[in-house]
Amino acid sequence: MKREDIITIINDFLIDELEIDREKLQDDANLKNDLGIDSLDFVDIVVIVEHKFGIKISPEEITNVPTLKAFYDYIERKTGVQ
Amino acid sequence: MKRRVVITGTGIYSSIGKNLNEVKQSLYEGRSGIGVEPERKTYGYRSTLTGIVERPVLKGLLDRRLRISLSEQGEYAYMATLEALKNAQIDKDYLENNEMGVLFGNDSSAKAVIEAHTTVLEKKDTMLLGSEAVFRSMNSTVTMNLATIFKLKGINMTISAACASSSHAIGLGYIFIRDGLQDLVLCGGAQETNLLSMSSFDAISTFSVRMDEPTKASRPFDASRDGLIPSGGAASLLLEDYEHAVKRGATILAEVVGYGFSSNGAKLSQPSDTGSETAMARAIHDAGIDAKDIDYINAHATSTLQGDMFEAIALNKLFGAYKTPVSSTKSMTGHECWMAGASEIIYSIIMLQNSFIAPNINFEQPDEYSAKLNIIKTTTKKNIDIFLSNSFGFGGTNSALIIKKYNP
Repeated sequence: MKREDIITIINDFLIDELEIDREKLQDDANLKNDLGIDSLDFVDIVVIVEHKFGIKISPEEITNVPTLKAFYDYIERKTGVQ
Repeated sequence: MKRRVVITGTGIYSSIGKNLNEVKQSLYEGRSGIGVEPERKTYGYRSTLTGIVERPVLKGLLDRRLRISLSEQGEYAYMATLEALKNAQIDKDYLENNEMGVLFGNDSSAKAVIEAHTTVLEKKDTMLLGSEAVFRSMNSTVTMNLATIFKLKGINMTISAACASSSHAIGLGYIFIRDGLQDLVLCGGAQETNLLSMSSFDAISTFSVRMDEPTKASRPFDASRDGLIPSGGAASLLLEDYEHAVKRGATILAEVVGYGFSSNGAKLSQPSDTGSETAMARAIHDAGIDAKDIDYINAHATSTLQGDMFEAIALNKLFGAYKTPVSSTKSMTGHECWMAGASEIIYSIIMLQNSFIAPNINFEQPDEYSAKLNIIKTTTKKNIDIFLSNSFGFGGTNSALIIKKYNP
């Protein structure tokens, strides 16, 4: 999977499923402080990532991902694309 | 000193209407909300009959977190509560600064539980249930969500008492206010209607199988009745201390004057004439009135052979001498189970406000017990000052409420 596809999938579900405004989706946006993702939302992200990418991620790890760019990097690494 | 308890807001979302106006029209016209859901046959039900309740669209009304945590019946409860609070002229600012309690009847959240179980079976990982499953699955799902959505700060709990759940919820709300523990309590009931929720009732042949005539299938007190029809939705009422209501300039719709309860202490599914009679007599005593003062009885009668018979025996014993008008609105709505106690108070308040008795539709041929009652077959103009509403449930739980027209 190409990085731009990963970015599109992540941005789409943040907009469609977590109902985050598109204009807030900047690379340096902090997931918690800027995007307002809370502990329950991270639980939902685990489910969505499994559904969209077919991989299981740990809630503890994803909760510690600071920014949107770091989230893309994390999924890219997990899906095995460098 | 006991305080007066009044009703200052009502809201309804049911198979016969999604708001008070639609429901009033249906009650007046004797319109049935029953239909068939063919998927029930494929799933394995004996009866495909059900009350047809449209799911509300909540996107735009509630933000995501609050929305996804609602079970099916929680969605209905939210809609009914919006209407009740609007009628009571209570807004977000008021709730931020004042204390309101919430007591709702709810006795299952089967769809949420079964769907979560199915996911874990398939995925072998509870982490893949998502965040909302727990808030939808618990029996207190309705009150936990309403209290969060509306920022309620008073008593907060769910009453589970089978098909008398929400009648007891109103009774308990009445006691909390009467005894000075709360000034405002949101009371009500909610009932899921999905096919996952009612299979165990179908398993004991509770439901009518008159599938070729859905709107004629619910026929409380009729000799040819063959079972109840599951239905649902939600009903919300705002109970308030009388002085508190006057002080804030609220419109008073009616007054709760009596609550009676009992337990049959007998069989799981068999009702009892003596148990229901005790609950009614206790409500009459609590109201400080005589049986002859009651102008209308909204019967529990669900269209089952035994239930209707035992209630008819008890009604005849207490009210036979006065020929008190009786109808079961379940003839139109089907059995709204956990919600029925609250919804039937709202249906009866609509009748009280508009001076009519809604018909017990499909009552064509009495049996030996119902023949002794004054069952209202067609919409009848009548002034109602005081009504009684019965609710009985599995395990022998009984509740009776008496409501009076507001008279300063």
